[in-house]
Amino acid sequence: MANPYTSLARAQWRSFASYRTSFVVDLLSNVGGTALDVVAVLVLFQATRTVAGFSLSEGLLIVSLSSLAFALADFTVGNVDRLKTYVRTGLLDAVLVRPLGALPQLLLMDLPLRKALRLVVGVGVLAVALHVNAIAWTPARVALIVIAPLAGAVFFGAIFVISASVTFWWIDSGDLGSAFTYGGRDFTAYPVPVYSGWFRALFAYAMGFGFVAYQPAVTLLGRDDPLGLPAWAGFLSPLVALIAAAAAAFMWRAGIRHYRSTGS
Amino acid sequence: MDGLDARVPEISPGRPFREWVTTFGALSWSGFRRFATYRQATIAGSFTNIVFGFLRCYVLLAVAAGATDAKPGGYDAEQLATYVWVGQGLLTVVALWGWTELADRIRSGDVTADLLRPVHPVIGYLAPDLGRAAHAMIFRFLPPLAVGAIFFDLYAPERWFTVPLLAVSILLAVIGSLGLRFLVNATAYWLHDARGPITLWTLSAGILAGLYFPLRFLPDWLAVTFWVATPFPGLLQTPADVLVERDPPLMQAGLVALQAVWAVVLLALAAYVQRRAEKRLVAQGG
Repeated sequence: MANPYTSLARAQWRSFASYRTSFVVDLLSNVGGTALDVVAVLVLFQATRTVAGFSLSEGLLIVSLSSLAFALADFTVGNVDRLKTYVRTGLLDAVLVRPLGALPQLLLMDLPLRKALRLVVGVGVLAVALHVNAIAWTPARVALIVIAPLAGAVFFGAIFVISASVTFWWIDSGDLGSAFTYGGRDFTAYPVPVYSGWFRALFAYAMGFGFVAYQPAVTLLGRDDPLGLPAWAGFLSPLVALIAAAAAAFMWRAGIRHYRSTGS
Repeated sequence: MDGLDARVPEISPGRPFREWVTTFGALSWSGFRRFATYRQATIAGSFTNIVFGFLRCYVLLAVAAGATDAKPGGYDAEQLATYVWVGQGLLTVVALWGWTELADRIRSGDVTADLLRPVHPVIGYLAPDLGRAAHAMIFRFLPPLAVGAIFFDLYAPERWFTVPLLAVSILLAVIGSLGLRFLVNATAYWLHDARGPITLWTLSAGILAGLYFPLRFLPDWLAVTFWVATPFPGLLQTPADVLVERDPPLMQAGLVALQAVWAVVLLALAAYVQRRAEKRLVAQGG
């Protein structure tokens, strides 16, 4: 008997293979989706000289870090946003009685293979962004370019889990989670000085979205942060990601313990 | 729907269309009431629209602040802010995302029940959808617009006919959107699983309807091509442009007329696809 998780993943693959046309269209649309996130940023930058003091190529670096991190998180844990359906329909009961971890099962129950090619696009755009910016490479910066997308992915993954966990307490929370998952992706796609006031303080620093793409990009470029954080602030991104992951683990455990079947 | 039954409407010379109008009205009202029951989801959805409103509004205002000619795409800062908040409100009214009802019914075989009804399936989906849109106008369109008006300077229309024209434009946007959603969902008749086409629709609708950025930011030839050759700009971009009076009056009305043309074409196309599908439909299940 193969590892049960492998079997779950294989079953997923077979189900995709039986609706081939739909799967191919889905795969290509997902590639298009990631590309268009970048195109949207390019169009906005092209309509103006600079956005909040950042040039087109600097903006490209920020959006590429953001979209690679998001694609990585969406591919691995993005599925957890289906939790609200499972809770509402009672399917989660079936998941909990099996002798396997609840979270890995949920992720494998609908592994988004259609999102796989997004990663390729994400890496490609990042490579272009690194090419068009004159970056003074140091060992620390080389390390940062590897760490930043991974830390960003852990951070977005944590946001996915936290947003999904809300459904344990509020069953009809509907699209609420998208404000922080997809909203977070959109927030991190632009330089933080674009935003202002309490909105910026809340999203960038209190929730930590500023450390996904913006601070690492500022550190890589070696330019001053107009908002006054020190030049090494980009290296904080793994720390911020770990704090988010710990919060997510706590929320998830508390949620599972709090869960009472909807009983239908 | 008390007092209504499945009789085929008779057109009496005294009161033609009376039954038709009653049935259509009852179906629309049922659509309204259905969405009125999802109160918590309405609150959660409005919250999300508002967060996105803030995000997009700040970004477009930063673009306006950095632009060389002070009017990127021909909009000033107030018009851009209004554009964003109207877009977030209309998003749910025209149901840009997440409508898979027909595809789900095709996959489960429930769609056969639609064929037994004495109403044409396209009308049978259009009428409740207008009710849904009416509900969304009150509970999903107004809240983001109100929040936008509190935190940002919005554009107030100056022409007397702008608001009535906007109402017509939104109605046509909903009809056009239903036609498109019907077509996308109807691919399930052939593919059984419409997830791919629905993802593609979500993507093209977001970009080509002008949700992510106003289409006027694109080079003119490209924007005009999208406008004339695809029905998408009629979903969000046209109503928003009508409200912020982006164009002179004649052009403003012309854009709405273009929406009307697309609405008719899409409904006709939906009816045609449905007819083709009925010929090959095999009810699944047993």
